[in-house]
Amino acid sequence: MNSDIYNEGQVVHQPTFIDGHSVDIPLLKILQQDGTVYEGAQLPEMDQELATKVYKTLAFHRVLDERMVASQRQGRLSFYITALGEEAASVGGAAGLKPQDMIMTQYREQGALMFRGFSLENFMNQMFSNAKDLGKGRQMPIHYGSKELNYMTISSPLATQIPQATGYAYGQKLQGLNAVTLCYFGEGAASEGDFHAGLNMAAVQEAPVIFFCRNNGYAISTPSDEQYKGNGIASRGVGYGIKTLRIDGNDILAVILATQTARAYALKENAPVLIEAMSYRLGAHSTSDDPSGYRTREEEEVWQANDPILRMKNWMLKQKWWDETQDTELFEQYRKDILAAVKVSEKIDKPHLDTLITDVYDVPPLHLQKQFEQLKEHINKYPDAYPFTAGKF
Amino acid sequence: MAQMNLLHAINSALDIAMQENDRTVCFGEDVGHFGGVFRATSGLQEKFGKARCFNTPLVEQGIIGFANGLASQGSIAIAEIQFADYIFPAFDQIVNEAAKFRYRSGNEFNVGKLTIRAPYGGGIAGGLYHSQSPEAYFAHTPGLKVVIPRNPYQAKGLLLASIRDDNPVIFFEPKRLYRASVGEVPEEDYQLPLGKAEVVTVGNDITLLAWGAQMEIIEKAAEMAANDGISCEIIDLRTILPWDIETVVNSVLKTGRLVVSQEAPLTAGFASEIAATVQKECFLHLESPVERVCGLDTPYPLALEKEYVADHLKVYEAIKRSVNY
Repeated sequence: MNSDIYNEGQVVHQPTFIDGHSVDIPLLKILQQDGTVYEGAQLPEMDQELATKVYKTLAFHRVLDERMVASQRQGRLSFYITALGEEAASVGGAAGLKPQDMIMTQYREQGALMFRGFSLENFMNQMFSNAKDLGKGRQMPIHYGSKELNYMTISSPLATQIPQATGYAYGQKLQGLNAVTLCYFGEGAASEGDFHAGLNMAAVQEAPVIFFCRNNGYAISTPSDEQYKGNGIASRGVGYGIKTLRIDGNDILAVILATQTARAYALKENAPVLIEAMSYRLGAHSTSDDPSGYRTREEEEVWQANDPILRMKNWMLKQKWWDETQDTELFEQYRKDILAAVKVSEKIDKPHLDTLITDVYDVPPLHLQKQFEQLKEHINKYPDAYPFTAGKF
Repeated sequence: MAQMNLLHAINSALDIAMQENDRTVCFGEDVGHFGGVFRATSGLQEKFGKARCFNTPLVEQGIIGFANGLASQGSIAIAEIQFADYIFPAFDQIVNEAAKFRYRSGNEFNVGKLTIRAPYGGGIAGGLYHSQSPEAYFAHTPGLKVVIPRNPYQAKGLLLASIRDDNPVIFFEPKRLYRASVGEVPEEDYQLPLGKAEVVTVGNDITLLAWGAQMEIIEKAAEMAANDGISCEIIDLRTILPWDIETVVNSVLKTGRLVVSQEAPLTAGFASEIAATVQKECFLHLESPVERVCGLDTPYPLALEKEYVADHLKVYEAIKRSVNY
């Protein structure tokens, strides 16, 4: 039994509220929008090579999102989710980790997977749910995953990855691995029961997991002031007894530094860390959403001026690690590569009919095999109705 | 061989599983030092340490979410839900996550190393929140296996098979029999097959089918029927999903009659699935309609439990209805 709570702190003899906002939470900022570093700011461990990789990943992210939304508008792709304006959170998080660390995400963190080296072809094949998709064409676009890159396959239900990350990290600890798990989610998902479950269990079970909240102001149309009344998500970390950082999520240096610091702490102390990255979802929730119905242009403009990619570019230019010509060429090259990749992937066949019944279990059970045989007979009888698979099994 | 009750048999299986692989982890509410409210995990923390057998906070969705993550990492995760009645906060983690983990990732990841144990069923004056039999909810979810043992020997062999099976398994334990059912159980390691029913008693006139604690009930009804000269073939389904259609169908093709009995309410229970399949596979061999003897379509009662349950007398009446149809 934890009896400290009875003995600690001030004793009062009249009812004395503590205020929900009484905890003062500092906001970590390293980099200003013009690319200068705040005086006295601590810098992350990052050389020119890593910085260039981070910047190129951010650029790739921006172009991919742009092109895929265009493809969706042209009717070539069914669905897409951008991370416009908050790319630094996912790219910077991955950059602050080691390759052996597991990353579990919500769905707006493709930047982490880009940083880990998921190929353009892999992205495309997933989005076009074709025969070469690692996920075998079973999930809607953007539900990526890669065992090789330690990036857990995304699932649509919100926040389910949070207690899973705790369990995954516990397993890493049990095995004595030099590895942690980083778990992304939004401020909206933090309202789900799984958030509470995952954070509380991580604290109690002493799991080396970094909870990374992207507080981007909106859950589809619901603004964060209709999502919670406390002091953001960071204040909850205090309640769970978890070491907590709040950072400027559009500040790539702050994101990387916070993640590096959290990783070192989680590994050394076998304990979780919560990071709340303050940002703004500049784009729509998804291609099925239109933000003009619930927020103003003026509000968006404020955040457009906070572009995290431009901020990093300004810093790279000041460092003399990058120049404008390189920049123009890079964006142009990515546009070409992506257009070419779309043309290839959209023409690749759908997955084989077998993938309907494989991976439900390790081996398809008898009743499922029987259902499958009946389906094949049916397709053979009406081949015109099933043009993608008829005659191909 | 040793005399064990059903709890000892479960404990023995867990002990073997933890002994054979140091990545096997048992956890749940009160599972640690106390050994669980029914003492199924008794002594495991002392033997294998607090890192491998421990209490969790009171959060079923967290327990199964944690278990999913742990199993996907490659550890052998054995999670206890204290009562099957309290499994529902974890429904999303079981139905949307565990069951679909392998499929949705194209087999990049899986939680085949997950086993969920939960005491289920009535007969202990537990009322509506300590008596439910929720197997049918999970049987409707492709990707899961659902296993229910009827006695200590079955419990140990089926639990070891469930832990080692490379799919997520829900293992419902008949808590009414935890101490009441005692039998000979090998102290060493053995497994019984998943997905296979067992013909417990061979008979000719009618097939009786059940699982878990309900097996005792149909066996008692069969004894009464035997006095009337009715020969019952008794089958224990053992695995609810995927279920052994062949064994059941072959039996009904022989006897021409079937009574299925379950503790859970009648409507959309697993007995209904069995009845539908049997009428399709055995239509021209059936001598009478398939009989389902189940709980009423109400929450599980307390004071009137005796009236509510699918007892041996109700099963006996169903046997007579079927034979005299």
